[in-house]
Amino acid sequence: MMIVAGQSQSAYFLEEELPSTERSHTLSVLVDNEPGVLARVVGLFSGRGYNIESLTVSEIEHSSHMSRITIVTTGRPPVISQIMHQLGRLVPVHKVVNLTWAGDALERELALVKVSGRGEIRDEALRLAQAFNARIVDATLDSYVFEITGAPADIDRFVGLMKDCGLVELARTGLAALARGKAGI
Amino acid sequence: MTRQMTGAEMVIQALIDQGVDTIFGYPGGAVLPIFDELFQQEEVRHILVRHEQGAGHAAEGYARSTGKVGVALATSGPGATNMVTALTDALLDSIPMVCITGQVPTTLIGTDAFQEADTVGITRPCTKHNWLVRRIEDLPAILHEAFRIATTGRPGPVLVDIPKNIQFQMGTYDNCKDKALTQYHPAVKGSDAAIREAVELMAAAKKPILYTGGGVINSGPKAVALLRDLVKMTGFPITSTLMGLGAYPASGKNWLGMLGMHGTYEANLAMHDCDVMVCIGARFDDRITGRIDAFSPKSKKIHIDIDPSSINKNVVVDLPIVGDVGSVLEDIIAAWNARKPVQDKAAHAAWWKQIDGWRAKKCLAYRPSAEAIMPQYAIERLHALTAGRDTYITTEVGQHQMWAAQYFGFEEPNRFMTSGGLGTMGYGLPAAIGTQLAHPGALVIDIAGDASIQMNIQELSTAVQHNAPVKAFILNNQYMGMVRQWQQLLHGNRLSHSYVDSQPDFVRLAEAYGAVGIRCSKPADLDDAIEEMIRIDRPVLFDCHVVSLANCFPMIPSGKAHNEMLLGTDVSDEEIETAIGAAGKVLV
Ligand SMILES: Cc1cc2nc3c(=O)[nH]c(=O)nc-3n(C[C@H](O)[C@H](O)[C@H](O)COP(=O)(O)OP(=O)(O)OC[C@H]3O[C@@H](n4cnc5c(N)ncnc54)[C@H](O)[C@@H]3O)c2cc1C
Ligand SMILES: Cc1ncc(C[n+]2csc(CCOP(=O)(O)OP(=O)(O)O)c2C)c(N)n1
Repeated sequence: MMIVAGQSQSAYFLEEELPSTERSHTLSVLVDNEPGVLARVVGLFSGRGYNIESLTVSEIEHSSHMSRITIVTTGRPPVISQIMHQLGRLVPVHKVVNLTWAGDALERELALVKVSGRGEIRDEALRLAQAFNARIVDATLDSYVFEITGAPADIDRFVGLMKDCGLVELARTGLAALARGKAGI
Repeated sequence: MTRQMTGAEMVIQALIDQGVDTIFGYPGGAVLPIFDELFQQEEVRHILVRHEQGAGHAAEGYARSTGKVGVALATSGPGATNMVTALTDALLDSIPMVCITGQVPTTLIGTDAFQEADTVGITRPCTKHNWLVRRIEDLPAILHEAFRIATTGRPGPVLVDIPKNIQFQMGTYDNCKDKALTQYHPAVKGSDAAIREAVELMAAAKKPILYTGGGVINSGPKAVALLRDLVKMTGFPITSTLMGLGAYPASGKNWLGMLGMHGTYEANLAMHDCDVMVCIGARFDDRITGRIDAFSPKSKKIHIDIDPSSINKNVVVDLPIVGDVGSVLEDIIAAWNARKPVQDKAAHAAWWKQIDGWRAKKCLAYRPSAEAIMPQYAIERLHALTAGRDTYITTEVGQHQMWAAQYFGFEEPNRFMTSGGLGTMGYGLPAAIGTQLAHPGALVIDIAGDASIQMNIQELSTAVQHNAPVKAFILNNQYMGMVRQWQQLLHGNRLSHSYVDSQPDFVRLAEAYGAVGIRCSKPADLDDAIEEMIRIDRPVLFDCHVVSLANCFPMIPSGKAHNEMLLGTDVSDEEIETAIGAAGKVLV
């Protein structure tokens, strides 16, 4: 399902058969990169009682001042459609795409993970990092900072394991997501 | 053609280029340059109110009664925050409004400067869109875009916040009235496939109903005319929300009266039992649906709305048509005429027979009184004595508002200005002033309650100053009647703080403001008093003493279905007190 500003939505479009259970959805929202646009989007979620699990924003096209906001939210399909329509009403919003409905989207996140310790624990951390394709971006005699990129679930697993390997702190970027195939949104 | 001018001049020039003749406002430090420009020209009339909320509601009244956009002007800080209620009101009722506020100079923003408030932050959730103008170069395009966004698609309020240094700065003004600044272009035309399917559903209907709303009035006179044609063409019964009253005439033979919580028995039962419901520019508000799971359980629902987010928001419909009412009705009528459907005459006759049975209940009947004025009677007399005149009605919020909707038959659109979505007490008097200034020769009456009228009573002074001969017709029951009624229904008749003690003497209050006061407390004197009020060509406060404890019926108690209504003539106090169950009590 895709909502494009100014395009008529036919009945059939809105009526698409959708799975009826509550699950998380990844929405990709193209917006004018203007002051306050993020506040509009976030305010819409808090004001109408929708939850945000993850949110990332960045400018994607400098010349046209466009940004892409990627939001992960949870709900049953009618709630998700309502969220999409509410987003579509915001004046600076150009497009809203539900990547989850579009099917098997590419979802990646980057995390920096700091661990500290010596001896056995330190070796174990390094072995696991190698197994997860995490890079060492900083090292001291008793610490590492790993950089890992992957699907959020993979990062969750890696972070879970690091808890037993002296995890100190963690920074995650939130989600970047695109649909597969040659078409753009 | 471009010209050099200051930011403040651009504001006035843009208003002129947009065809604005009247604005409502209040001055202050951060808008002085704009007021200085207002002083030096004659094309735009400024109406000085007494409180910025009044300016906002006056702009709403002006807008709703003309179909044009309403414009309000306020200073930074408290001026802007006083505007918040009116902006929220306009947002919920889809009223086109442009609000211009002053802001502290850009160099002081963020320093807690004198009268600084984060106006765009505060008003973001209560406007359709808003802007803080940071550069003089952006001002002309933003001003014109503000008008375009306020008036197109689903109308609503927008706000332009202009720092004081930008008002002084010189820049290039371009009349970019027809250029779009943003990509906002809502779809107007409905899908052909959906329209064809709607015609099929309507043609096959055995128990149809048209459920119409404020969107018909938003769409304009063409939509209203088409709606009337549609009723003639299909013979369908028609009901409307509070916001849509007048689109179809109350004297029309297919009219069932208003629906919803205080709607008629026949309208609500027809909604409950229908097999095809055509919702035209209405939004399935909770005052309409009552218990969602019991709402019109057997019907196929068609929903015409310009805002895709209105569709499936509260009630899941079978056939949504996203588009403007006028455009979609035109297409439906054309498709119907091309298809020439044969309707099931026998089924329709049976449906009308059932409806006539419900009508026979006479749900708006009340026990008359010879000693005291019944509020319903007062509205009936007001209606009868103003019939044939060029009359506009506004209301405050409460029982009197519902009695106005029930007993004052509206024949034309844009004649009934009321705060439906937000239910703002204090709306009616300033809205009446805005209406009166748009229609100088007309009779404009604010049907008010004794509590509500005191929320913006200061605007009486505005009416006097600007020769707006509005009439506030106060149904004075000494109570916040609607609150008292709910306390009787829900809280064991413990009337906690709903008695309005120490009321002012409304007659002397009117006189103090330089208006005229009239008091009436006997049914036998009422007609003469109303006629006197109509004759007076000045603002009037009419203090109409009515019985204190009348309840507003019919009523669907919260949490109940349409076929579980309370009717006025046959309900006992005990039934009133037990009407709402535990689950309904938490609802509003
Ligand atoms: C004390 C109190 C009691 C009330 N009791 C009742 C009651 O008993 N009955 C009742 O009806 N109301 C009642 N109301 C009012 C109620 O709260 C709502 O305001 C009202 O029902 C909403 O009306 P509406 O559905 O017509 O929508 P509106 O608020 O008028 O919204 C219009 C709809 O039409 C759409 N629209 C706008 N322009 C267009 C266009 N050009 N083309 C297509 N679609 C368009 C909009 O997107 C929107 O969905 C009460 C209010 C108060 C304060
Ligand atoms: C600004 C505001 N505050 C509170 C309310 C809640 N409220 C709804 S109706 C009502 C009482 C209105 O009393 P009155 O104006 O005397 O009208 P009546 O119901 O007696 O006709 C109140 C307090 C409201 N709607 N608006």
